[in-house]
Amino acid sequence: MSTASPSRTWKRPPLIKDTKLRYGLLLFVIVYFIAAFFSYEVNWARVYEGLDRGWEFIKAFSNPDFVTRWKDISAGIWESIVITVTSTVVGIILAIPIALGAASNLAPKPVYLFCRGIIAVARALHEIIVAILMVAIFGFGPLAGFITLAFSTIGFIAKLLAEDIENISKPQAEAVKSTGSGWWQWINYAIQPQVMPRLIGLSIYRVDINFRSSSILGLVGAGGVGATLNTAFDRYEFDTAAAIIIMIIAIVLVLEYVSSFIRAKVQ
Amino acid sequence: MPVISKGELKVWQRRDRAKQLKIWAMWFVGVAIFMFCWKIISDATTWFFVFDAPRIAADIGGRAWPPRWEYLSELWKPMWDTINIATLGTLLAIIMGVPVAFLAANNTTPSRKFLRPFALLIIVSTRSINSLVWALLLVSIIGPGIFAGTLAIAIRSIGFVAKLLYEAIEEIDTTQVEAIQATGASKLQVIAYGIVPQIMPAFAGLSVFRWDINIRESTILGLVGAGGIGLYLQSSLNILAWPQVTVILIMILIAVLISEWVSSKVRLAII
Repeated sequence: MSTASPSRTWKRPPLIKDTKLRYGLLLFVIVYFIAAFFSYEVNWARVYEGLDRGWEFIKAFSNPDFVTRWKDISAGIWESIVITVTSTVVGIILAIPIALGAASNLAPKPVYLFCRGIIAVARALHEIIVAILMVAIFGFGPLAGFITLAFSTIGFIAKLLAEDIENISKPQAEAVKSTGSGWWQWINYAIQPQVMPRLIGLSIYRVDINFRSSSILGLVGAGGVGATLNTAFDRYEFDTAAAIIIMIIAIVLVLEYVSSFIRAKVQ
Repeated sequence: MPVISKGELKVWQRRDRAKQLKIWAMWFVGVAIFMFCWKIISDATTWFFVFDAPRIAADIGGRAWPPRWEYLSELWKPMWDTINIATLGTLLAIIMGVPVAFLAANNTTPSRKFLRPFALLIIVSTRSINSLVWALLLVSIIGPGIFAGTLAIAIRSIGFVAKLLYEAIEEIDTTQVEAIQATGASKLQVIAYGIVPQIMPAFAGLSVFRWDINIRESTILGLVGAGGIGLYLQSSLNILAWPQVTVILIMILIAVLISEWVSSKVRLAII
């Protein structure tokens, strides 16, 4: 600090310390946004026309129509719930062995790479794309949705569980091993109790995600309430659409409440 | 710890009888629910098609290979659109989500009775609806195109950004805020110098994380007419042009892997 300088003012430390990197990134961002902005073609007349319909949709929330299409709505929601339950259960059961294989402190290298490969593929593709392929292979209906969500559940649970297994406390594992336990006993008494709270938390969180996803699978014919929702939008029946959306939000809220309750109890 | 004596021997058990029975009962109910749900799916399935599935899968696989690489030249523009949908959508979500986060956080909200529940309602309702549903809605309101897709991504992400940010705001160190207050700073200055520097790393991390998720989501918005590479996927599927579908899927896979790599690098640099 030089005391000779006439005025010393304090400046906030910048987020990125390297000056070159900071201004380089800034320039890149500005150029990118200009380029992106000019590639947009917005038909403002169409947007303006649509505002009325948008207002109608917002109004529909104060007057949702559960009654007219109640049969379709209830069947769709019911199917979504069924898909959620089965896909979560099967996904978790399949994810556990893959997570064991994908933990670098348990599995030998070839098994590790194979399991990590499964996880990478399951996570990279969006559920809808997987659902399109599954519908093409297994035909329309909830079975395709069930397989899709079970598949993406595997990617989610196995990745996070494997990370948790890699972070376990080693002394406990060694203590069990030094009693002369076999491999299964070692997994059961040294690894499993340490990762169980996290596994339960993740599973419940995944129920929540799967329900939200199951509400769109119907768009590509994989079962659930999405088909009803799509039809409602196509026919501009906003009051029915509002009813379905309100039901989805309500169920997600209940699930979130239950999950925070169970997680608080487990941890 | 329950210990049962069998004659001379004392046997240790993990749980006593009542607790063990309760756990068995819960498992029984769980399995019953699962089997019931499975039966519903099974009833709705045409099993003939399922048994036929390996043949169909092999058939599709045979037609999808080799990929039609010439199609790649038509895909650069929709890929650029897809990236724009994700990036500008994330930016819009941040612009709208940050004020919502400050309204929702217990320690910064101006009114706990009125504005906070309202902000929480925005967070819950935007978060629980999938971006594809938002796209469906916006396409029917403002017409098809990437503008609708961008808005759909933005609305879906508001809840995500706001929720994680308000949790970060609630966890800040209050002593720093008090120190700024003690200098006689106004309310806005307290936010700018006492709160913002503390939540900046969390904010940057979650923005990049959401951008990564949004790249993945924007690849499919075209299925409902909201622009991007999904539009080409849909039209290729409609004419059963499987070699083109392969090219598109490979391109999506590469884009997702790159965005995941970028986002993890940035997050590591911040933390």
